Amino acid sequence: MNRINVRFDKLKEIGRKALIPYVTAGDPTPQTTVPLMHAMVGAGANIIELGVPFSDPMADGPVIQRASERALKHNISLRDVLSMVTTFRKMDDITPVVLMGYLNPIEIMGYECFAEQAKQAGVDGVLIVDIPPEEATDLLAALQKVEVYPIFLLAPTSTPERIKLICDAANGFVYYVAIKGVTGASHLDISEVAAKVAEIRQVTDLPIGVGFGIKDAETAEQISKVADAVVVGSALVSRIEAHADEPQKAKNSVVELLLSMRKAMG
Amino acid sequence: MATKVDPIIGSLPDAQGHFGPYGGLFVPETLMGPLAELREAYERYMVDETFIAELEADLANYVGRPSALYHAERWSRELGGAQIYLKREDLNHTGAHKINNTIGQALLAKRMGKTRIIAETGAGQHGVATATVAARLGLECVVYMGEVDIARQEANVYRMRLLGAEVRPVSSGSKTLKDALNEAMRDWVTHIDNTFYIIGTVAGPHPYPVMVRDFQAVIGREAREQIQQQAGKMPDALVACVGGGSNAIGLFYPFLDDKDVAIYGVEAAGDGLESGRHAAPLCAGRPGVLHGNRTYLMEDDNGQIIETHSISAGLDYPGVGPEHAWLKDAGRVNYVAIDDQEALSAFHALTKIEGIIPALESSHALAYAAKLAPTMDKKQVILVNLSGRGDKDMHTVAAIEGLKL
Repeated sequence: MNRINVRFDKLKEIGRKALIPYVTAGDPTPQTTVPLMHAMVGAGANIIELGVPFSDPMADGPVIQRASERALKHNISLRDVLSMVTTFRKMDDITPVVLMGYLNPIEIMGYECFAEQAKQAGVDGVLIVDIPPEEATDLLAALQKVEVYPIFLLAPTSTPERIKLICDAANGFVYYVAIKGVTGASHLDISEVAAKVAEIRQVTDLPIGVGFGIKDAETAEQISKVADAVVVGSALVSRIEAHADEPQKAKNSVVELLLSMRKAMG
Repeated sequence: MATKVDPIIGSLPDAQGHFGPYGGLFVPETLMGPLAELREAYERYMVDETFIAELEADLANYVGRPSALYHAERWSRELGGAQIYLKREDLNHTGAHKINNTIGQALLAKRMGKTRIIAETGAGQHGVATATVAARLGLECVVYMGEVDIARQEANVYRMRLLGAEVRPVSSGSKTLKDALNEAMRDWVTHIDNTFYIIGTVAGPHPYPVMVRDFQAVIGREAREQIQQQAGKMPDALVACVGGGSNAIGLFYPFLDDKDVAIYGVEAAGDGLESGRHAAPLCAGRPGVLHGNRTYLMEDDNGQIIETHSISAGLDYPGVGPEHAWLKDAGRVNYVAIDDQEALSAFHALTKIEGIIPALESSHALAYAAKLAPTMDKKQVILVNLSGRGDKDMHTVAAIEGLKL
């Protein structure tokens, strides 16, 4: 059974919602990522979303763009990210890890090769921002063979037909993008999110995560009332950026925000 | 020269925008709905007589079409081979082929009720062509342009501002065209309700590659008639420069089924293909996914997009339209490369011999024609797309000669 299922089942049992932090692998340096992942689990993270740096992150706002640029200064490749997951797994074999990124690095590696190596490294899900299910037939087959889950985004602009199509293709959970915009933007409307999440629930039994624009404990708490998981990215990455030369401080700052969110979410 | 037996015109792309393995729709979910809406509008209006009539009237009276076809007799004689004819897209309003497409997309935007236009630009020609039609239609206009390009195309930046557009500098990544495209995509995702994104080339997610091709194909349709009238025969070869590839596909498309017409797409070799500092994905890149479509890209072994180099900002792009990728694999078009020095020589040659100052982009096509002509018979004909004029490049060329204007 995929770690993602185990985790959501367990959370449901105890009546809690998942907290899913995102950080870019290799930001600000390759050595900081794995310790940061463990620290985030310690601070109440239930699933970790690990960003694969890409030169042209067209769905990301400036904060995560700069994180990608910092990581790419160290030439962090998809293979490097997979080896970080391998290292993480030596001390943590239960926290699900989802890779998030863009298609091209996976295209170059080859879908089957990527799927096998992801499985071997201990990756549980893959969220590729720029591939809709319509283009993903071959990739889905490769992931299915190794039981790594494809996570897809749903957006405010998704029609009922597309919601169905995407939920049918997805596994583990679906990720609702709370705003029309890029990561880190800030005009999240809770009641709109609640309405759309309710609409998605009509279509699927998969857990629903919500992200983009969740910056603080208060918003995390509000979102956790309507969704099954709260994804927080740019707010954490900003903290890493603020202490890019002091890894310990960066880690502490990330932990502090996650603890406050965890506390607020119950 | 390889030829295909099956007719190409009208056969591609498929309903999802694929040219064989290339093209398609590789975008974040937020854009899927709006792209479907655009596709429907485009399909509806391209068969709408009122829309077509309005477009054709604008092309005639605002752009100045048909553009001339000019026999460069002196230059042909000097080169001592085939007769070179130039399709004078440089004579269009705003000085390049770009406006053929922006007129079409802006009319579409208006029909769709959009009030805000965004665009990306490299050399600034597409930005100017977009700002121009936005001014005329009274639409708000924001143009994204890399900081590097802003520095080397100051005159065009000022033109856009005069036209009422806001030019937003892009400082991420390599600060050139690809980054401007990323930024325009981010803007579009954020302002999807009122905004129409006018992409300037035959790349991007479906339907852009086919839509831009169809708006630019007027170049080839006109040229195909004009050359037969003037030269009394079909051309033996077509030559056009390829960055994203819109002027090239515009010229090539109506000739694709003319098996005896050899076709050459000319990429920018920059400092030379062997130097690695170039912008020639078809000649020296490999397939990947960027900016909404699968195509040939300049990328490293990890799938990161690498920085390109060309003397001409308009060719300085790491990707290329998916239809070109397909035409390369199908063997219908020969893709070749011309370096900065060769392009500059052709720039000077045409200026001195014919009294026409070409854009540095178009100079790549001219340089290849100058190589090809002497290998051909005097009765043979090469048709070159002179896609833009060189006024915008005065600073670049002067700087190379150590002058400051």
